[in-house]
Amino acid sequence: MNSEDFFFQAFIYLLAAVASVPIAKRLGLGSVLGYLIAGVLIGPHALRLVGTSGNDVRHVAEFGVVMMLFLVGLELRPNLLWKLRGPILGAGGLQLLATTIVFAGLSMLAGLPPGVAVAIGMIFSASSTAIALQSLTERAQLATRGGQTSFSVLLFQDLSVIPILAILPLLAARLPAATSVGSTGPVTGPWLRALIIIGVVTAIVLGGRFLVRPIFRYIALTRLHEIFNAAALLLVVGIALAMELVGLSPALGTFLAGVVLAESEYRHELEADIEPFKGLLLGLFFISVGASIDLPLIQSQPLLVALLVLGLLVIKFAVLFFVGRFTGLEKSQNFTFAFALAQGGEFAFVLVAFAVQNHVFDQNLGNLLVATVALSMVVAPFLFTINEHLVQPRFCSQLQTRDSDEIDEKDNPVIIAGVGRFGAVVSRLLNAQRIKTTVLDIDAEQIELVRRLGFKVFYGDATRLELLRSAGAEKAKLLIIAIDDVDKSIELTEKAQREFPNLTMLVRAKDRDHAYKLINMGVNYIFRETLDTSLDLTIQALRLLGFGAYRAHRAAKTFKTYDEESVRYLAGFTDSDEKDFLGEVRRRVRTLDELFEAERAGQAFRYDKGWDPPVPQESK
Amino acid sequence: MRSRVLILFAHPALHKSRVNRRLIESVRGLDNVTINDLYEEYPTFDINVGREQELLLAHDVIVFQHPFYWYSSPAILKEWEDLVLEYGFAYGTGGTKLQGKLFLTAITTGAPPEAYCRTGFNCFTIRQLLAPFEQTAKFCGMRYLSPFVVHSALGFRNEKEIQAKAQAYRHVIEGLRDGLLDLDEVEKHARINEAPSAVGLQDPG
Repeated sequence: MNSEDFFFQAFIYLLAAVASVPIAKRLGLGSVLGYLIAGVLIGPHALRLVGTSGNDVRHVAEFGVVMMLFLVGLELRPNLLWKLRGPILGAGGLQLLATTIVFAGLSMLAGLPPGVAVAIGMIFSASSTAIALQSLTERAQLATRGGQTSFSVLLFQDLSVIPILAILPLLAARLPAATSVGSTGPVTGPWLRALIIIGVVTAIVLGGRFLVRPIFRYIALTRLHEIFNAAALLLVVGIALAMELVGLSPALGTFLAGVVLAESEYRHELEADIEPFKGLLLGLFFISVGASIDLPLIQSQPLLVALLVLGLLVIKFAVLFFVGRFTGLEKSQNFTFAFALAQGGEFAFVLVAFAVQNHVFDQNLGNLLVATVALSMVVAPFLFTINEHLVQPRFCSQLQTRDSDEIDEKDNPVIIAGVGRFGAVVSRLLNAQRIKTTVLDIDAEQIELVRRLGFKVFYGDATRLELLRSAGAEKAKLLIIAIDDVDKSIELTEKAQREFPNLTMLVRAKDRDHAYKLINMGVNYIFRETLDTSLDLTIQALRLLGFGAYRAHRAAKTFKTYDEESVRYLAGFTDSDEKDFLGEVRRRVRTLDELFEAERAGQAFRYDKGWDPPVPQESK
Repeated sequence: MRSRVLILFAHPALHKSRVNRRLIESVRGLDNVTINDLYEEYPTFDINVGREQELLLAHDVIVFQHPFYWYSSPAILKEWEDLVLEYGFAYGTGGTKLQGKLFLTAITTGAPPEAYCRTGFNCFTIRQLLAPFEQTAKFCGMRYLSPFVVHSALGFRNEKEIQAKAQAYRHVIEGLRDGLLDLDEVEKHARINEAPSAVGLQDPG
């Protein structure tokens, strides 16, 4: 590939991504589908902008999946991973086994020899880590139970690629099974391999623990950001390379490295460095999948392909649903889980190529399988959309995402929406006065944290009326709104005013604009979040400058009272044009200055005239 | 033996004060004299009862020093009384912790001395108007001393006059600390600063 060609290719891929993804997102289809469609469009069978080089590109782009798992690992602390060991082995193992058996059985019924049937079963059992994780993350469902189970199963599938690669050659119909070449790497001999695998994994864990930190610290000291960037990339590439060499999945290796580094102080730095690469490569990967779909094959046997795709999706879905059921997923979560993983996965492409290479089946069947899997990946984003818009709304009466969060305290007088730094304090203080609070939050990580501190928090979007109702909004007295998102805060206030007139609302305002809106909505109790802190700081500053404590406090109190009045007054002008509004603001600021100026000039300050000598005129 | 003196000082706007500031400055830093500036200590009125009781226990002479606002003290001193003089500590069953201590009120008034009598415009004597403090002290088993009063606090023409009052105050505090005052004799005077044993300690002029 000469450089002109390279630039052209890069231009086409990037253009396809930039043009199609925003449209797909607009249409509510998610970015993955946008990439896939872009791939089909520029592919060899449509616009022919990219030729057979699509496969090379995909090979590079698969690295995006590797990076994604590294990032997932970074988010996952070791103890959390340990907690997931049940789902990983249980749900993961069950899914793989059941899917393989069902597909193998069906293939044999269709008259395929057992070896081929088992190979197909294993090829179809994998789901697309890239699509599932990307889509779950995009929809903020990764932290839900369905999302966690999906993740566990994907992880197990990643693990299982190693034994599957070992088994596939054995399935070849009596052909001399050339001991696995290619992706299993040059190292052979089961014992030696096992030993080396253990060695490499241990090296990653120990290296991550003891080596990476000092190295990164050393690099960070250079203060050259691009070197840190390069080091982060080097780390991921190096691990991927090592894993390839010993025949392990690179994705798995980097995932492990991610987990090991999840507790290091460089976690966020690494995340920020790898993230853009991951996004770009993953996009490329999806485009290349789209481009590799063999349209002529589909055109020649449309019915067969359609049937295969449908069969793949339906059967995988059924098995997943059964697995979810078996592992105790609540229904709405189980749907999320089954819809997320029903498609075929990118490992199928690798496995098909490997199977053909090892004479398990011929190229024609291989092409058919690849087309089936690729098409199922194209359909996958629609499945997410179906789940989101058609299936989940049926579960509205329950909490959307986490089955464990049925609210069992419906008689608490206070509902708190948002338990970040702000809401948590409110809740603690109220609880200390033995006032029971029902606390809602949408940030799963925050909930985890607060729960670990022994507080009960329910997961859910407080702007959903059903959730509010099940939180006892009809009987509660106070609704405390302490959510960060201004739009959400306004939306919740609006809904609560309309639906629950019994509730008195206390709303945290992010800034003055937020406060103006709330005032104009008729909210009585508004708390600007940084006001008191800045006043406290000023009080301390005044004291350090020699003011008496009481005097400093009173100055701050006067300021606060006046400022609160100002906000209420100015809220009335927010509809008028900007010039008027700014004029009013300036006028108010001036008045306040005058107020304090009066004191500086020794005149009686309105608020403490009583402490002045009663007859100032005489002393003059 | 020396006594330890605790001055509970209450002035909400010390930066505007002329006399009280001088009085308190004159006793700042004296051995065995503790100044507890309530508005400085508790600008939000959340009085630390434990700390205050500890302070009371650690001293023998309790002084309330403040401007005489509306025939009483500034607000925080009332809050202090209400919270600190607890049942079981200052009075009631087991409430013997303050017994035997001396209690002095040190106030500044705007009006001249002659205003504080039946025929003056304040109608009552200082001693009468201070009755709530007197009775509070007695109820807690403390010996109530004739108050230290600076009248016409707004009428001082120069620093010297204020300085003299500050010095008198310092002598009274030192006298109480060192046990140099004849308490029976003090009782015979309306104001402690008029008692010969207190005056006698003062520098002439």
